[in-house]
Amino acid sequence: MAEPLLSVEGVSRRFGGLLAVNAASLSAEAGRITALIGPNGAGKTTLFSLISGFLKPSAGKVRYASDDITGEPPHRLARRGIARTFQIVQPFAGLSVRENILVGAHLRHPARAAALELAERVGHDVGLGDMLDRPAHALTVAGRKRLELARALATEPQLLLLDEVLAGLNPSEIRDILPVISELSARGIAVLMIEHVMQAVMSLAGHVFVLAEGRIIAQGSPPQVVADPIVVEAYLGHGAAAKMRSAHVH
Amino acid sequence: MRAFVPILIVVAAFAAVPLFVHSNVVLNFLVVTLLIGLAGQGWNILGGYGGQYSFGQAAFFGTGAYATAILQVHYGVNAWIGFAAGIAAGAAVGAIIGALAFRAGLRSSYFALVTLAFAEVLRIVASVTPITGAGVGLLVRLDLRAQAFQFQSRAIFYLVILGFVAVSLVIAQLLERSRFGAWLIAVRENEDAAMALGVDAFAVKLAAMVVSAAITAAAGCFYVQYFLFVDSGIAYGTWISIEALLTPIIGGVGTVFGALAGALVVKFLGEGIKLVTGDVPGLDLMIYGAVLVLVIRFAPRGLVGAFADMRAHLARRAKLRAPIGEVARG
Repeated sequence: MAEPLLSVEGVSRRFGGLLAVNAASLSAEAGRITALIGPNGAGKTTLFSLISGFLKPSAGKVRYASDDITGEPPHRLARRGIARTFQIVQPFAGLSVRENILVGAHLRHPARAAALELAERVGHDVGLGDMLDRPAHALTVAGRKRLELARALATEPQLLLLDEVLAGLNPSEIRDILPVISELSARGIAVLMIEHVMQAVMSLAGHVFVLAEGRIIAQGSPPQVVADPIVVEAYLGHGAAAKMRSAHVH
Repeated sequence: MRAFVPILIVVAAFAAVPLFVHSNVVLNFLVVTLLIGLAGQGWNILGGYGGQYSFGQAAFFGTGAYATAILQVHYGVNAWIGFAAGIAAGAAVGAIIGALAFRAGLRSSYFALVTLAFAEVLRIVASVTPITGAGVGLLVRLDLRAQAFQFQSRAIFYLVILGFVAVSLVIAQLLERSRFGAWLIAVRENEDAAMALGVDAFAVKLAAMVVSAAITAAAGCFYVQYFLFVDSGIAYGTWISIEALLTPIIGGVGTVFGALAGALVVKFLGEGIKLVTGDVPGLDLMIYGAVLVLVIRFAPRGLVGAFADMRAHLARRAKLRAPIGEVARG
């Protein structure tokens, strides 16, 4: 197996008395979609913030392309090729869609013309082609999610961290955006996504990590993970797996 | 290049004024207006484009003014060199205050309060330090020669300050179409999102503060050469901090012409009221306050923003009135 692009090694983060992330380890490889799932409050977004530099880990290491990047600030990580989206979308509300994407495009294209060209292309790729001159605050929820994705993509990342890009979308909107995401990994980008929409996890992810109470409790292919009794119990409570099994028998 | 045409037109129109107007009162009024517009444009770079509302532009204005005056009065330095040194000194003060405030992570009202505090500390220090003339202030010797940056004619002074304003307009226009400007605006809109996209928010804000301080300091340097006098209340007083932020807010924050438009309106109103009522102390501040309330209520994007909205509205109306076939073709 090739060296993973991202490897998180025993990372912990403490907020006062609360151990939000407890010695979590995971990895993400180029050209594959890796999902991070887990019940609400498991620490998924905290783990994302640790990887993307918005929080510093209390312990553990984060490696990217075999460099130790633990505790590096977000803008330096972005330059290395790590991009993230936010669960609560953070558009530059006063700017147009095009100007929003342009900010990301400028990372690797100092010249305005080249950055504008890239912004326009990325906008079309995520399906915002005919909204480029609309103000960002006028977009629907689905549009804002696409905009988050477009801005991150405009930085031309190698590793893309998607924090619930499908949350709040209706089934047809989800159906529209799934091919966009799988296209990214086909291009060789390592995608690590937090996701609650299991339909998407099952159809997209090559590998799944399950986080519960700050710890990675299971990992494997999507069918393996959903069949794992430990995972079922993490979601449904202690003893749930046994009850389900006995219900099946009867 | 087309983006610079409006600047060219506006500057050319201002430059033509001395050809028709010879009244020293009017020219003096315009010089002061442009001076405030220049100080306001400094605020606008950091506050308008970067969203960091400084309440202490006086720190830069005063440093520029004092540096220019002190170098001439105490060290016999040439006025032009003193002027350049004043701009540099103002920029340096901007870098120091910016580094401290942004490193400490101060945002919005905390940043505003800290900049105000720095300006006040400088005012108090300047009012007791011998080198700044303490309570008496500094008088620059009258020497009406171009080498001494003093001019017999008000019109020359007017054209000099107009030149500075033109440069500040070009800086804002360049900013709007550059990577640095895109990053600065992104920081204003959402700092976390900007950082996630690779923007070094600290460096961007600091650079904007240095440019902002340099422009406002240039206004301070000019003040000294024009009035040949400075004391702590003029240099570091809150009057200039207030006028520097009021003019772009009234004119339109984060726009190229906002500070200039705001300065014209504020000064016209201020002088107009004085003509009617005589010189009642504090009356101009009351007028500023009233105008500010009206602008925030009815034109939150300032006069420049209101003008743009009006034009868009008229364009829509014209389109609606046109026969249907024409709209389709147009």
